[in-house]
Amino acid sequence: MSVSRLSRPYAEGLAAGVLRYQRCAGCGLAQRLARHACPGCGSTDLRWHDCAGTGTVVAVTEVRRAPADAWRALVPYTLVLVDLDEGARLMGHGVAGLAIGQRVSGRVAEAAGQRVPHFAPIESA
Amino acid sequence: MAQAADGALREAGLARGEIDAVLCGYATTLPHLMLASLVSERLGIRPAYAHGMQMGGATGAGMVMLASDLVRAGRVRRVLVVAGENRASGQTRDDAIQTLAQVGDADFEVPNGGSVPAYYALLASQYMHRWGLTEPDLAEFAVLMRRHAASHPDAQLTAPISVADVLASKPIASPLKLLDCCPISDGAVALVVSADPGRGDGVPVAITGAGQAHHHQHLSAVDQLDDLGAAASARRALGQAGVGLADLDLLAIYDSFTITLAILLEEIGLCPRGASAQRAREGVFGAEGALPLNTHGGLLSFGHSGAAGGMAHIAEAWRQLARRAGARQVSPRRRCLLHADGGVLSAHVSLVLEARA
Repeated sequence: MSVSRLSRPYAEGLAAGVLRYQRCAGCGLAQRLARHACPGCGSTDLRWHDCAGTGTVVAVTEVRRAPADAWRALVPYTLVLVDLDEGARLMGHGVAGLAIGQRVSGRVAEAAGQRVPHFAPIESA
Repeated sequence: MAQAADGALREAGLARGEIDAVLCGYATTLPHLMLASLVSERLGIRPAYAHGMQMGGATGAGMVMLASDLVRAGRVRRVLVVAGENRASGQTRDDAIQTLAQVGDADFEVPNGGSVPAYYALLASQYMHRWGLTEPDLAEFAVLMRRHAASHPDAQLTAPISVADVLASKPIASPLKLLDCCPISDGAVALVVSADPGRGDGVPVAITGAGQAHHHQHLSAVDQLDDLGAAASARRALGQAGVGLADLDLLAIYDSFTITLAILLEEIGLCPRGASAQRAREGVFGAEGALPLNTHGGLLSFGHSGAAGGMAHIAEAWRQLARRAGARQVSPRRRCLLHADGGVLSAHVSLVLEARA
């Protein structure tokens, strides 16, 4: 699958085992996905940063109907949206049973031949 | 599409040669560089203006909005708006699901094994957590749409269902079950937007307001859960029509999933946050209620044939306002708010339709 020019640093990060996000150098706004320009201030000086991987679950679903054969073997799998502590939001996989509001830590994992973010709960000390 | 176009011309009392513009909705199973030109050729029409449009589920409403503006501007006089797709028989179920999954971001979302139901399920989890809607609440809308579809001769799903049936249906992506999701359907819808009232029977219907809003495309880019674009779009349409929510007596609201209906009704302000299902239980949205909703059964039960799926809401709103809905005619209605969305509550279009009795 080809990766768009805008998203290449994210895909390269996944390949290298790090989660990345884009931040505006003009106003500091953490971006959603990959953008050419900041919706906050209009700057096109958007820079990629590695993130710590920690964040909070904002949405969660357990997928039981896979979109394709490659995913059928993994069913059921858990998809989450996570608000990273740096302010960006990522879609990724999660361990079963994650709940909204739960603190999680993400790493890069392999699923159905794809490198994807994978989130697990942060054990409270 | 040809049958739908013939039907629209017949109901409007127009000859083929009187159509001077054609707008055609995209079809995932029929990708084409100039679909409206192709359709015009096949229909034996030589329009002065024609092109296709792609706004996902909002395509039909978007075409009607444009048709109305083209007519108001004096560019053309009679626009044939048409869409159709063999989404069920023209491809395998997996192909349909994978094509639609491309609504997700190709680099950030699709590689996770996402699908449209999964994106909506994520949105549902977030929305239900914030405003307290429950799975039985969502089921209420599936039951209502099925009840309405039962009285439409062209509806795909008409067997009565209960809230318990919805809750017991096959899990797709929690909290959504099979009966929270619209089916994949074959179908076509056409209508005519004209400078003059149609020559057919019935009350003329005018497009008095239209609006759009586009706050995001992808689920991961949603900024404010309470401002997805539906309210902004509806406000623009109602503003142009010079009316408020209290002036409405008919609703046609996009319902790709049960959660879609709940979110749209609540964000537009037709009921308070978290209260849409309670309103449905009270009968507000029934055929005899104050705000009959999707009296054809919506995408959830009438069926979802791509761009035509969203156009069925418009055809039904017109039939009800024109008092041409036959056996499912509700008591005379004056003003309908139609709202459609494409993507994941991404592209919003609202129309105000009024009976000119």
